[in-house]
Amino acid sequence: VTWVSQNIPQILNDLWIHLVLALIPVVIGLVISIPLGWVAARWRIARGVLIALAVILYTIPSIVLLVVMPALIGTQILDPLNLVIALTIYTVALLVPAIADALTAVPTQVTAAATALGYKPAGRFFGVDLPLSIPVLTAGLRVATVSNISLVSVGALVGIGGLGDLMTEGFQRYNTAEVVTAIVIIVVLALIFDTALWLTGRALAPWNRARITGATA
Amino acid sequence: VSIIDWFTNPININGNPGLQPSLWELLWQHVWYSLVAVAIGAVIAVPIGAWIGHSGKGGLAVAGIANALRGLPELGLLTLFVILLNSIGALPVFPALIILAIPPLLANTYAGVANVDKAVVDASRGVGMRERGVLLGVELPIAMPLIFGGLRTALLQVIATTAIAAYVGAGSLGYYIFSGLSVRNYTEMLAGAILIAALALIVLGLMTVVQRFVVSPGLRPATRRRRVALTRPPAANTAAGVETAGGNP
Repeated sequence: VTWVSQNIPQILNDLWIHLVLALIPVVIGLVISIPLGWVAARWRIARGVLIALAVILYTIPSIVLLVVMPALIGTQILDPLNLVIALTIYTVALLVPAIADALTAVPTQVTAAATALGYKPAGRFFGVDLPLSIPVLTAGLRVATVSNISLVSVGALVGIGGLGDLMTEGFQRYNTAEVVTAIVIIVVLALIFDTALWLTGRALAPWNRARITGATA
Repeated sequence: VSIIDWFTNPININGNPGLQPSLWELLWQHVWYSLVAVAIGAVIAVPIGAWIGHSGKGGLAVAGIANALRGLPELGLLTLFVILLNSIGALPVFPALIILAIPPLLANTYAGVANVDKAVVDASRGVGMRERGVLLGVELPIAMPLIFGGLRTALLQVIATTAIAAYVGAGSLGYYIFSGLSVRNYTEMLAGAILIAALALIVLGLMTVVQRFVVSPGLRPATRRRRVALTRPPAANTAAGVETAGGNP
């Protein structure tokens, strides 16, 4: 505890870097995943290709992506961009199959009814199909956010900042308090964002509430 | 070209006594750590998940625990165990990896058993099966595809993470990444990355083959048909349930 009180500025600084590095990929990943999910839901072949690709990308260990990234995009090994892109890839690999499933699952009657009401294809996608897939989308986003928050710490191994720095430094100094602080902050952050996303999902898709409570009861 | 040179250099494959372990030794360490961790994780998580799924009590706790464990940063756990156990080497690697293996196994086993059709469970009781028999003979086999999915996720995540064992001096294929990083030998890091990714993909392929044999053949066409019929309307629910595997409160 003394260690924490003596190092608040460093902790806050690492915390801020950590959050930025974890959350930017979620936002970029979401923006990329929606059109890709739409493509996958629309064409059978695209679906097969994209989902196979997603499985393979998700299999690649994060430390591997971090190390390979400079060779692929010509960045420096210490560039935080490597981490952001690596985590974005994971987010996309996680979200695209989920969005594709959710869009395919929109009942034909619903799309037919929307078309009959005069929705143009684009309007129908944003006004009907996408909102209906919000529960799946938030579920995917929650997994992506929690794992990103935890994965950013790996960046410390290749010299990218964040709370992982407290772990490597604590390890070198055999400082239990420092390592525990980093772990606790990361778990708490993960829980906060998980809960926030869950609440947002509930607020955006109120019709799903009854079903979820019904399912767990 | 340089990466090919690395792989064709006999020192990198056979090692250099006292300076660099052989590739086979590191590969073996990597596989050994991963398999043992997932096996112990399965021994802990599958019975608990199965029992909770069977009794129907504590589902919320499973979701919460699985989610909280998922948020734990591996690097932090590993360094913490090194300090707590006061030992460099393989010993602290196992608890860190076991904790990583538990959430997908626990959540998927629970979801698999809890989602078995209640009519099937009642029918098994109706023909005189005891609770033990219902769980072991009916629910677990039916849940096998999901349990296997959990096993695959656990194994892949553990293989990916085992690389950080090298950070605390416990070897594994991650050795090349950290050894290369310390002397800015980019080729060596890349070689390590390629080896780990290849191992992960080979294991993914093997698991897909093994799954065909483990999952009861009677389930295959039936689940496929049922999936088409059932997932359509409540897709949001099933997809969320499997994907977050208990992340749903």
